[in-house]
Amino acid sequence: MPQLDVKEGSVEAGLDALDTPITTTEGSLARRIAARALPPIGAVALLVAVWQVLWAAAFWPEFKLPAPADVWAQIWTLVTTGQIIELFWVSVHRAVIGFAISLVIAIPLGLAIANIRVVRRGIGPLVSGLQSLPSVAWVPAAILWFGLTDGAIYWVVLLGAVPSIANGLVSGLDQVPPILPRVGKALGAGRLNGIRYILLPAALPGFLGGLKQGWAFSWRSLMAAELIATSPDLGKGLGQFLHDGMSLSDISMVFAGILLIFVVGVGIELLVFRPLENSVLKARGLTSAVR
Amino acid sequence: MTATVEAARTVSENVVRPVRFHQVGKAFGTGRKAVVALDGVDLEVRAGEFVCLLGASGCGKSTLLNLVAGLDAPTSGRIELSSSRPAVVFQEAALMPWLTAAGNIELPLRMAGVPKAERRAKAAELLDLVRLSGLGDKRPHELSGGMRQRVALARALASTTDNTGSGAGKPSLLLMDEPFSALDAITRDVLQGELLRIWEATGTAILFVTHDVREAVRLGQRVVLLSSRPGRVVREWDVQGLAGADEAGAIDEINAELRKVISSHAAA
Repeated sequence: MPQLDVKEGSVEAGLDALDTPITTTEGSLARRIAARALPPIGAVALLVAVWQVLWAAAFWPEFKLPAPADVWAQIWTLVTTGQIIELFWVSVHRAVIGFAISLVIAIPLGLAIANIRVVRRGIGPLVSGLQSLPSVAWVPAAILWFGLTDGAIYWVVLLGAVPSIANGLVSGLDQVPPILPRVGKALGAGRLNGIRYILLPAALPGFLGGLKQGWAFSWRSLMAAELIATSPDLGKGLGQFLHDGMSLSDISMVFAGILLIFVVGVGIELLVFRPLENSVLKARGLTSAVR
Repeated sequence: MTATVEAARTVSENVVRPVRFHQVGKAFGTGRKAVVALDGVDLEVRAGEFVCLLGASGCGKSTLLNLVAGLDAPTSGRIELSSSRPAVVFQEAALMPWLTAAGNIELPLRMAGVPKAERRAKAAELLDLVRLSGLGDKRPHELSGGMRQRVALARALASTTDNTGSGAGKPSLLLMDEPFSALDAITRDVLQGELLRIWEATGTAILFVTHDVREAVRLGQRVVLLSSRPGRVVREWDVQGLAGADEAGAIDEINAELRKVISSHAAA
């Protein structure tokens, strides 16, 4: 019998060794970076090439389709004069502040909708409806209420971002496997501890999706608001720059504006949300979703 | 006469019973559509005892365990719980995927407000108990099914050993709801051996739910057979220390009884 005991231990160790999932790494760091960076760079290069050919073929008059070089010159002027810093600062700091206020409103709202049945039935459909209402529809009302002020712009941003973030949190909470809160209760979690230690961390992946969408909505809403509500008092953001391009009938300026708005949107996603999401998913072994 | 009654009472009071059922019933729903899961169940587990609860599907074994764990309340009767908070192990390990193995074990201690250094030490000790020392930094997805279930066991044990006063000095109770049924045969066999070793090392009472007769006889000191819909206690067997032919005989006998219970449903 004692001999069997020794065997049991080694059988167990052998099972552990055999059953442990194998984690693989894909090649060297340089190769991984190349594998990720080359496809998008190739796609952009192809796009610019097609654009150049279309422009050279003169399908459309110059005032409709600018030369890639002209658009680049516009952007380069902004960079050399330092004007680009003002454009970015005005728009991005508005978007960040708007997003932060949205978070403060949306998190308690989402928690209330997910946890309190009456609130869910009452406000849930309203919040979902607001999410599908383009927040640019609020611009006229916001201008009438707040005038051409920052307040009007924040109002539009909030109505764009809050429903997305709140809904993301609700769906994140709804997707928590029911066994986890039960385990939490069996481990001695009360209501508050259950939310803090079990529900919120378990809902994080879904919530991050909501945050990403919330950022996209707040950026879009901001651009729409800046494009419509232009005034010297408001400072010059990317939306105003785009509006100026339209007023001056300068298509290369318009293209430059669109490009810069795109770059900021994608940049924040790539620099902030993508790494955040990847690290959360990786820690939970959801690596197939890691991009 | 009075003296003997008094004596008998003190004796019965001296025997500590972590959990005792008094005519416990549980129904889901109300009125005519109500499903009676448990009906008039009398059961007790003595301190340090290993009791296996056996029954076919739908006999309310898991319901019974949930009642003891406080995850559900009985509709009739009374459960007398004199243990510290029961530790529960479910069929799935249900580890928190965002925490490491050690983090999972520390979770109940964290929620009970145990200081960090003490938590660390306790987690290391429990990892050692389930023979996973050195793997505390692994995430659940990096562990095999059997290892995950061992972490779940360690976490459950951590939840019962809260030394914050109320639980001190009371017998401990471990509730297990078919914890090995999702594992492959050889892992299950090894983990059964592990569980017996841990039971002997900790001296905790165990209420173990299973539908596997062989498992019940191998692990338990006592096997309790439940009938299905509604769940009632049909019979009990004392199977402590059985081996060889006796063990095989007990398994056959309990199997026959279980088959009888199941086939009675075909007639109804």
